[in-house]
Amino acid sequence: MSKQVKNAVGRMVPTEINGEEVIPFKGIGKHKPIGRKYAPPIPTALDYPEDGNKVIGSLKEALEKCGLSDGMTISTHHHLRNGDLVSNTIFDAAKEIGVKDLVWFPSASFPCNEPIMEYLEDGTVNRIEGSMNGPLGKFVSQGKMKGTAVLRSHGGRVQAIQDGEVKIDIAVLAAPSSDFFGNANALSGPSACGVLGYATTDFLYADKVIVITDNLVDFPNMPMEIQGNYVDYVVVVDKIGIPERIVSGTTQITKSPDRLLIAELTANFLKESEILKDGCYMQAGAGGTSLAIGHYIHQILKEKGWKSKLGFGGSTKYMVQMLEEGTMEHIMDAQAFDLGAVASIVNNENHHQYPVFNAYNFHSKGNLTSMMDIMILGATEVDVNFNGNVATHSDGYLLHGIGGWQNCLHAKNVILPIPLFRDRIPVIKDEVTTICGPGEMIDIIVTERGIAINPRRKDLIEKMKNSSLPIKTIEELKAEAEEICGPSKKPNISDEIVAAIKWVDGTVIDVVRKVID
Amino acid sequence: MSNKIANAGNIGKKIRSDCYVTLELKDSGGIVINQKSKVQVLYGDSNNELCKDILSFFGIKNAILTLEDRGALSLVIAARIEAAIKKLIDTDKEFLLDFIEENKYTSEKEQNRFSRLYLPGNSPSMMLNAGIHDPNGIILDLEDSVAYNKKTEAQHLVRNALRGINFYGAERMVRINQFPKGLDDLKYLIPHNVHMLLVPKCEGADQIVQLEQKIEELKSQHKVTHSIFLMPIIESALGVEKAFEIATASENVVALAIGLEDYTADLGSRRTNEATESFYARTRMVNACKAAGIQAIDSVFSDVGDMVALKENVKVSKGLGFEGMGCIHPRQIKVIHESFAPEATEIDKAMKIVNAFIDATEKGLGVVSLGTKMIDPPVVKRAEKTINLAISLGLISENWREEFLNEQAG
Repeated sequence: MSKQVKNAVGRMVPTEINGEEVIPFKGIGKHKPIGRKYAPPIPTALDYPEDGNKVIGSLKEALEKCGLSDGMTISTHHHLRNGDLVSNTIFDAAKEIGVKDLVWFPSASFPCNEPIMEYLEDGTVNRIEGSMNGPLGKFVSQGKMKGTAVLRSHGGRVQAIQDGEVKIDIAVLAAPSSDFFGNANALSGPSACGVLGYATTDFLYADKVIVITDNLVDFPNMPMEIQGNYVDYVVVVDKIGIPERIVSGTTQITKSPDRLLIAELTANFLKESEILKDGCYMQAGAGGTSLAIGHYIHQILKEKGWKSKLGFGGSTKYMVQMLEEGTMEHIMDAQAFDLGAVASIVNNENHHQYPVFNAYNFHSKGNLTSMMDIMILGATEVDVNFNGNVATHSDGYLLHGIGGWQNCLHAKNVILPIPLFRDRIPVIKDEVTTICGPGEMIDIIVTERGIAINPRRKDLIEKMKNSSLPIKTIEELKAEAEEICGPSKKPNISDEIVAAIKWVDGTVIDVVRKVID
Repeated sequence: MSNKIANAGNIGKKIRSDCYVTLELKDSGGIVINQKSKVQVLYGDSNNELCKDILSFFGIKNAILTLEDRGALSLVIAARIEAAIKKLIDTDKEFLLDFIEENKYTSEKEQNRFSRLYLPGNSPSMMLNAGIHDPNGIILDLEDSVAYNKKTEAQHLVRNALRGINFYGAERMVRINQFPKGLDDLKYLIPHNVHMLLVPKCEGADQIVQLEQKIEELKSQHKVTHSIFLMPIIESALGVEKAFEIATASENVVALAIGLEDYTADLGSRRTNEATESFYARTRMVNACKAAGIQAIDSVFSDVGDMVALKENVKVSKGLGFEGMGCIHPRQIKVIHESFAPEATEIDKAMKIVNAFIDATEKGLGVVSLGTKMIDPPVVKRAEKTINLAISLGLISENWREEFLNEQAG
């Protein structure tokens, strides 16, 4: 095992992961890579068919022509979410070809990717650098993966590609529609998912790009969200996705009275603190509680005759409703969560595609996230110093990917509406199991039993000092949960590192260690 | 021992905050505990200790206890195990966990009873957070929401909930089973600071008298000194006819509630949104309550998704003289409170009347008048009631008159 050092949030992290040197987290804004961006090799048009037809017989053939060999990094996007029928077949083909030690570099993984465990076991795949949840998370947490997992935020993934930390050998990009040249988008076809923003960095920076579609359309396929000029091969298959698992037909506001209460408290807090104001920029997720918050915000804006200048998606039909009823001026969208949102991208001129490449990117000349007034996020755990965890569960197991969470922490006001305990497991700890985000970036915790404001936000504390809302200290909230749930034991965790958590700048903010059963 | 295996609790993927225990008593082999818990890593050990403590408390030396845990709190696990034990062993012993400090408050005869939230007595997940929704009262139900073969389990769970789950200041109510079966519920409730018992399908003063006798017995046995209030529920034609008799059966009867599902069934009519079929029953009961000087409480509104209709329903209810209503979903609470609370114009008018009354009294005038209008004493009394209610709801301050006079002067 390599040397370990204490990083700026006090966690012991290694200086080397998967044989590569890594930099321990230095503090927010303290690390700025220098030099020039990574660039893929220079292609020439001479090497591509003059008639523009890049369609090839099978994925296996395409992979072979791309020169698939041992140790290569294969990237995919996750716009097909739990309906993804493509990713697993890449490794089926790789196994047939007989290569070993591949690195899978998805923008996120889902339960449907479980079959990849088999390839992790037989050595076809060395490791996953992306999100790990469910059975994959358990597999990694038990130390069964050969390489060390690396978890990055959506923006951190772009950063890693752009500064050359990760070199993509082959990007395999599923596309709901493509022409023979590789111009692709996600607006039509049986697997239409609205946008393909997570694939932008991949097609721009990968050595080789394969577009795989079940909907080959006539040239030119416009708009070209994936530009054919970057594409090496186009593969046509019967089916790239299971539609009902790609977008939910309809996202739903929570019916749980407790979560509705949290949502109402959150909206009231935003109103009283004047964080919610005419012209504000806002972002909330597609979870039932976030949707309820959006609903309450919509009501408040309506009452006041205000509108939000823009909302950043993951969009849903509820956000579209705000757009259409005039309480939101623009939707900028990295992904569409339901069919209502997919339709709106096509129909509403103020519903814009805006990939994380532009919104979350550390190596971009400015970012959307730092402009947001209201940022609603979740967390599996928070600690008394407001540090947040989204990757592991309190029992030590990897549970979720980081998603855009770390990137979103850069917003002006970060609010976490979370229940005080879930299934007897308190959410507020002395110390989070894994630090995914430093406490100085998390401003407000809203639970069903009270609201805690980060002591660093003296402005908010002052503003809310006469509020009738249940403002408490985070220590009080923690004590309340422990009183209800009873004393718990800490999980049994070894020293062996199974995953690294990268901060948005590429440094290591924490590691996940093997769980002993 | 003929039957040596017993179960208690709930099982299933959707079940949360509960557990299912299977207890098998043996002649030898010591205590074996098989635990499968959703929160094994954090609570597996403490759950195991709890299981052992309970078995040893009841003197069980040889048994196999299987605990399938879905994140249940200790007080839930304890209730389940105790219920399983009592299905096999005849004992008066009780395994009691701490009575939490937060639950040591009392209720008063006259307090607001706008909302009372019904919770099924055998479903712990709903009990944990009921109080945070701020209902005036929380009812743990032992009657209709509990299956016949689950009554023992529910009694133990409700007892443990009264002791260990924070009610956050809500009036602590239990709906007992119908008379006379409900008498068996009392020993699980009276020693544990229950404030109010709801007495279903009440049809006469004699039932209240017998109930009170048993309550008194248990109170003196357990040295309980506070009053235990009763809210009989009128749910039949006979009950409606006996409403006044029931309302005046004891000084502890502080309210009557009406239960319209059973009442309309008894009438042989169908329950409609317009509620014309129960108009007589409702007005008759309200009248009986007012004659007896107690509160009249309306039935529940069962469409939990329709807040607009609920609001309308409360307006009608308030218009008939009801002072509260049942809730079956926490989201109904806010609507009910807002609709029963006096409206701004009502408060405004009440302030003018009470102010005129005080003025007249100070000046030694026998007649209260507002402008050119004479005000009758009952009108003053009602206005005072409105003012007091508005103060208790925080709608106006206790020094309202000062502000009122300033405003008039300014």
